[in-house]
Amino acid sequence: MSASAVVTGLGVAAPNGLGTDEYWKATLVGRSGIGPITRFEPSSYPARLAGEIPGFVAQEHIPGRLIPQTDRMTQLALAAADWALRDAGVEPGELPAFDMGVVTASSSGGFEFGQGELRKLWSQGSEYVSAYQSFAWFYAVNSGQISIRNGMKGPSGVVVSDQAGGLDALAQARRQIRKGTPLVVSGGVDASICTWGWVAQLAGGRLSTSDDPARAYVPFDAEARGHVPGEGGAILIVEDGAAARRRGARVYGEIAGYAATFDAGPETGREPGLGKAIELALADAGARPSDIDVVFADAAAVPELDRAEAAAINAVFGPRGVPVTAPKTMTGRLYSGAAALDVATALLAVQDGVIPPTSNVEPAADHDLDLVTGEPRRLPVRSALVLARGHGGFNSALVVRAV
Amino acid sequence: MSGRRVVITGMEVLAPGGVGVKNFWELLSEGRTATRRITFFDPSPFRSRVAAEIDFDPEMHGLRPQEVRRMDRAAQFAVVAARGAVADSGIELDSYDPFRVGVTIGSAVGATTGLDQEYRIVSDGGRLELVDHEYAVPHLYEYLVPSSFTAEVARTVGARGPSTVVSTGCTSGLDSVGHAVELIREGSVDVMIAGATDAPISPITMACFDAIKATTPRHDEPERASRPFDGTRNGFVLGEGAAVFVLEELESAAARGAHVYAEIAGYATRSNAYHMTGLRPDGAEMAEAIRVALDEARMPGDQIDYINAHGSGTKQNDRHETAAFKRSLGDHAYRTPVSSIKSMVGHSLGAIGAIEIAASALAMENNTVPPTANLHTPDPECDLDYVPLEARDQLTDAVLTVGSGFGGFQSAMVLARPDRRVA
Repeated sequence: MSASAVVTGLGVAAPNGLGTDEYWKATLVGRSGIGPITRFEPSSYPARLAGEIPGFVAQEHIPGRLIPQTDRMTQLALAAADWALRDAGVEPGELPAFDMGVVTASSSGGFEFGQGELRKLWSQGSEYVSAYQSFAWFYAVNSGQISIRNGMKGPSGVVVSDQAGGLDALAQARRQIRKGTPLVVSGGVDASICTWGWVAQLAGGRLSTSDDPARAYVPFDAEARGHVPGEGGAILIVEDGAAARRRGARVYGEIAGYAATFDAGPETGREPGLGKAIELALADAGARPSDIDVVFADAAAVPELDRAEAAAINAVFGPRGVPVTAPKTMTGRLYSGAAALDVATALLAVQDGVIPPTSNVEPAADHDLDLVTGEPRRLPVRSALVLARGHGGFNSALVVRAV
Repeated sequence: MSGRRVVITGMEVLAPGGVGVKNFWELLSEGRTATRRITFFDPSPFRSRVAAEIDFDPEMHGLRPQEVRRMDRAAQFAVVAARGAVADSGIELDSYDPFRVGVTIGSAVGATTGLDQEYRIVSDGGRLELVDHEYAVPHLYEYLVPSSFTAEVARTVGARGPSTVVSTGCTSGLDSVGHAVELIREGSVDVMIAGATDAPISPITMACFDAIKATTPRHDEPERASRPFDGTRNGFVLGEGAAVFVLEELESAAARGAHVYAEIAGYATRSNAYHMTGLRPDGAEMAEAIRVALDEARMPGDQIDYINAHGSGTKQNDRHETAAFKRSLGDHAYRTPVSSIKSMVGHSLGAIGAIEIAASALAMENNTVPPTANLHTPDPECDLDYVPLEARDQLTDAVLTVGSGFGGFQSAMVLARPDRRVA
């Protein structure tokens, strides 16, 4: 029997709440962090809303010397890692260095930092490019910086699978736990709300062009028209279950099951792989569909993707067979941070016995989903299924369960 | 499933000096170098002006015009390498459950070349802070998020199992293949198409390595610019390329009569938790990765016949890993040939780890250890046998290959003949 991997600490940085408590309170009352972009002047672009994190002052959270050498997404990740470790009651300095690893997801690296240096390169000359560019923007930066800041020498890694990455990172963390590393810092935090990142995201063709923060990102709604990007995510402390019990740690739940699949290209006419990922993740968890109390949806808000997700959920659970929610309607889609935040949210739902709502959505009847909207729904939550999809065909599914 | 053993049954390499395994191995075994003055752009404003470039015509390698348009150069490399590896292995992927075939591609810097070029356009040469989306190519999102590389490979081979990009800087290649091995071992998949790609030779990459003086400023003799372990070395030479493998479980490979290049017997990665670019001279974390990889291979260190070094050609690296070999292998480090193919093909960041796995498997295949080119003046602090200048014929049954990279990542992999005696 493999070791169990349990989550003992959460660190959340979300547009509607900095820190787990603030985020969870906001999410339960349906308070959204989506609004007009303030980071740059958005009026010349077709999409003008984002989920920005207000009030994050990096100097208050991380050492000053790290500020000039890090992108915003790394500053957020370092802060979230600190909060998660504190929440878990872990002092990294007291543990053997090789017993702690770091596995994070990334999607576009420190893109804003990269934009600044590209601008210097092309407008001033190569000699103006920062010495920090070599490591501030690349995809491995958050794992590297978290491991250095906390003295963690165990197996580390970085996965990139667009918005599915957050689940893939947590699955890799569980793999390292099973192979014998007692503690892994995992999850994903992303931010690329800069003009260069915005133009690249616009090219993806899935951004909502609505100017109404309450109607711009409405997955499973008849008026779904794309998503709003956000910044942030979550860092989770994943531990070997037995080790966590021995030190008397508070356990949010275990990572009980996981699977990932890839879609065949649309030209093949084969059905998307999300349903298969759900089946495999349930089997991996040893769970029946009836064991799942809530599904956290990927919620692309692109009509054909919403249809495919609803169909995959209904094929396993039956029409309106399980409560479904998408609290990311209050944060926007956070790229590699999205699924990590959903897992953190699912664990809070397990802890408090409450399903947070999907905000602003009037569910389209033809999806046949029991979408939790309006008030949070109070009921015991033992197991939750979290779904995530990445651009190009990545599907991941992860089951968390109370222990 | 812990008994499942993983073997390489197919490979393709795109490396400077010539596309294809045959060209690659000829370059290495003859000790020739593929470093030259940069031709992709005018390198004269840069401190470092040499690189190991590939003369690559994507359409000649089977990519259609629209595939070329939508893919960054690194994605093109990965797709060509993946198709070549599948062909080389003779595997009929159609006969497998597609959900049990996965893909991992490693890349340190993703579509950095494409992003550099596109930024220049949308910013109108750096003039615009509010970059202009009207000038963006339609595939810019695929450049933004390099998981597009794996998506391209998965679609081209028809894989529908777990697939991702692994991006751990300069150990990405080793870590991508190591990740694939773990997926087969744990039973999640039966076949993995795994490797790594990078095409970083662009102005932004040259500029950022100039800024930290990581790349060599030696441009009077470009073909002699990459000098790992040599006392006169002064930085690495940037390269580009890809290597992709077909990995299978040993018994099913044997059942279909596949040619087996090598078993990937052990793999581990550790972090130095020290500095984003700096290394402590004691090599303790790389030594730990080597120790764990050997342990996983159930192989005593003295069975290693050849060490394929990271050997980037920075003073810091060469001393760091020399210490790591001594620390992990003891006296056997002094008796084991160590070489760096970066002396010939440069340092292609995330790709090189996979290219070095290919070199290690080919060393076993040919019972020949590739040399370290340009090694004329030994560094007194690097006192192992670095196989200077000429390849060496010797029985090679087990190889250790290592990588070290920005972010502090240290990885080690053990390749061995599957019919060896297991301790």
